[in-house]
Amino acid sequence: MSSLALPLRVFEYWLMQYRRVWRGTAITSVINPVFYLGALGIGLGTLVNKSSGNSLGVPYIDFVAPGMLAATAMTVASGEASWPVMGSIKWTRQYFAMLATPLGTRDIVLGHQLWMTARVAMTSAVYLAVIAAFGGVDSPWGILALPAAVLLGAAFTTPFAAYAATRDSDAAFVPVNRFIVVPMFLFSGTFFPVSRLPQALEWLAYATPLWHGVELCRMFTLGNVDALRALGHTAYLLLFVVVGFIWAQRTYAERLLK
Amino acid sequence: MDAAAQLPLVHARGLVKSFGELVAVDGVDFDVQRGEAFGFLGPNGAGKTSTMRMIGCVSPPSGGTLRILGLDPVTQGAEIRAKLGVVPQQDTLDTELTVRENIIIYGRYFGLPRSDLGKRADELIDFVQLNDRANDKVEPLSGGMKRRLTIARSLVNDPEVLLLDEPTTGLDPQARHTVWDRLFRLKQRGVTQILTTHYMDEAEQLCDRLVVMDRGKIAAEGSPQELIRRYSTREVVELRFRAENRPEEVADELKSRLDGSVRRLEALPDRLLLYTDDGDATATHVHEFDLKPESVLVRRSTLEDVFLHLTGRTLVDD
Ligand SMILES: Nc1ncnc2c1ncn2[C@@H]1O[C@H](COP(=O)(O)OP(=O)(O)OP(=O)(O)O)[C@@H](O)[C@H]1O
Ligand SMILES: [Mg+2]
Repeated sequence: MSSLALPLRVFEYWLMQYRRVWRGTAITSVINPVFYLGALGIGLGTLVNKSSGNSLGVPYIDFVAPGMLAATAMTVASGEASWPVMGSIKWTRQYFAMLATPLGTRDIVLGHQLWMTARVAMTSAVYLAVIAAFGGVDSPWGILALPAAVLLGAAFTTPFAAYAATRDSDAAFVPVNRFIVVPMFLFSGTFFPVSRLPQALEWLAYATPLWHGVELCRMFTLGNVDALRALGHTAYLLLFVVVGFIWAQRTYAERLLK
Repeated sequence: MDAAAQLPLVHARGLVKSFGELVAVDGVDFDVQRGEAFGFLGPNGAGKTSTMRMIGCVSPPSGGTLRILGLDPVTQGAEIRAKLGVVPQQDTLDTELTVRENIIIYGRYFGLPRSDLGKRADELIDFVQLNDRANDKVEPLSGGMKRRLTIARSLVNDPEVLLLDEPTTGLDPQARHTVWDRLFRLKQRGVTQILTTHYMDEAEQLCDRLVVMDRGKIAAEGSPQELIRRYSTREVVELRFRAENRPEEVADELKSRLDGSVRRLEALPDRLLLYTDDGDATATHVHEFDLKPESVLVRRSTLEDVFLHLTGRTLVDD
């Protein structure tokens, strides 16, 4: 794998940077799921379980936890692919430092993507562990919710990093958050089944990568694995990763090699 | 010696860089030989950084030929960059990391083994005299210290060629002299240096040979002494006036009355420059006229005069 040797040098930079802040992010990544699962799964869940007549088929916490896992993977991914990318172009200018060495734009994109994916994986692993502690993992298949969350993360980090590399100010991330991340967070089957949405919005929800990620995670934690559907969701998310990666290589080269 | 060693380290012919309509580098020719210190001297926007970025293989030329170490920067960029040390015009340090970490991670970009890098970083930190700040974050360092760190970092891979884009801009005189001293030592060790500057004294101090660049073109080329000999006189008499005395009008009057010893005369807003081979004689001669200058100064010609002659403009507008 000599083709990974160069991107790994870029990965090492991010690791070095992370060593300064890891304590804070580690604490957040434990506290977040405890609070959310406590409030939504147990607090709200008691009400939902009473009044829904068990229309979800499982306790609410079992339903909502994989949704939260996927939504968190998305949130972490979008953060990691926004400010750090802009910062490496405009603030630390570290991409330019890398480019003055044998590293090329492909190494910089791939190395940074590997790091973002690693961050998604760390946060998701903690999340999944907390879900298990809350009794929300009903099957050994549940372990596969981790790679599912990571794949979902990569479906966001690649196009978001590509976009961030074209922007001049971090103000550009506000509309992305407001019109893409937050609506998906709320309406892509995270908290309630998308079949409850008006028809048009339901179809829109099916097109979002988050819905595919939620379905995949939920399938695994609940243990209702349907191989064909799992493959379909995986393929759909991979499409985002591949297209996003190609796009990112292009926008990075345009931005950095003027 | 093999053939490659005799080729110029950098070879450019008709080199062009354009950004849309704007032609930043407009067909320049130059060669840099192994071991020499070669300078690009020119005002803001002359195209110095654009040229340096092409040499650094991070900006594809829009036209012409460019060879670095005999290689093609477009297809063999990574191989070339492995042998370059780059001090960019704008620092690219991570100010949240320490001085030492900045050097170590940069060494890792070159693939140098971690086990060697600690020692290497300490040597380089010592070379630029940042020892007492080695484990401090970069953030609070002064501009001059950051610049020295950037220079130290650029040496981590033992480069054959050092590219320095305005290495001392913004530094106080003492910091500049420290940097000059370090660059001089590197030159003695045989490191080829390509640098840009808009400081005349820097160019005269550091460069064996230089090109004067203006609006994307090369206006002249040679050693500092050659350029001064070719485009200026040995000495200059500077007459300073109050603005209300209108140096331009005085110039016209002077022109008609001066003898042949003054070869050229430049009128700037606040002063007249008389180019002559015998400054004292000219100064004495000028005193015979009733001009009442604020001050009369006889000095040696510098590259500033060369630049003024070639472009009709001063290099650093003040
Ligand atoms: N990335 C870019 N996009 C568009 N125009 C550019 C770009 N880089 C440089 N230019 C333009 O090219 C011209 C030459 O710029 P360059 O930075 O090479 O000059 P310079 O000699 O280094 O100037 P300075 O002394 O100010 O650093 C300028 O007009 C500049 O605006
Ligand atoms: Mg410049």
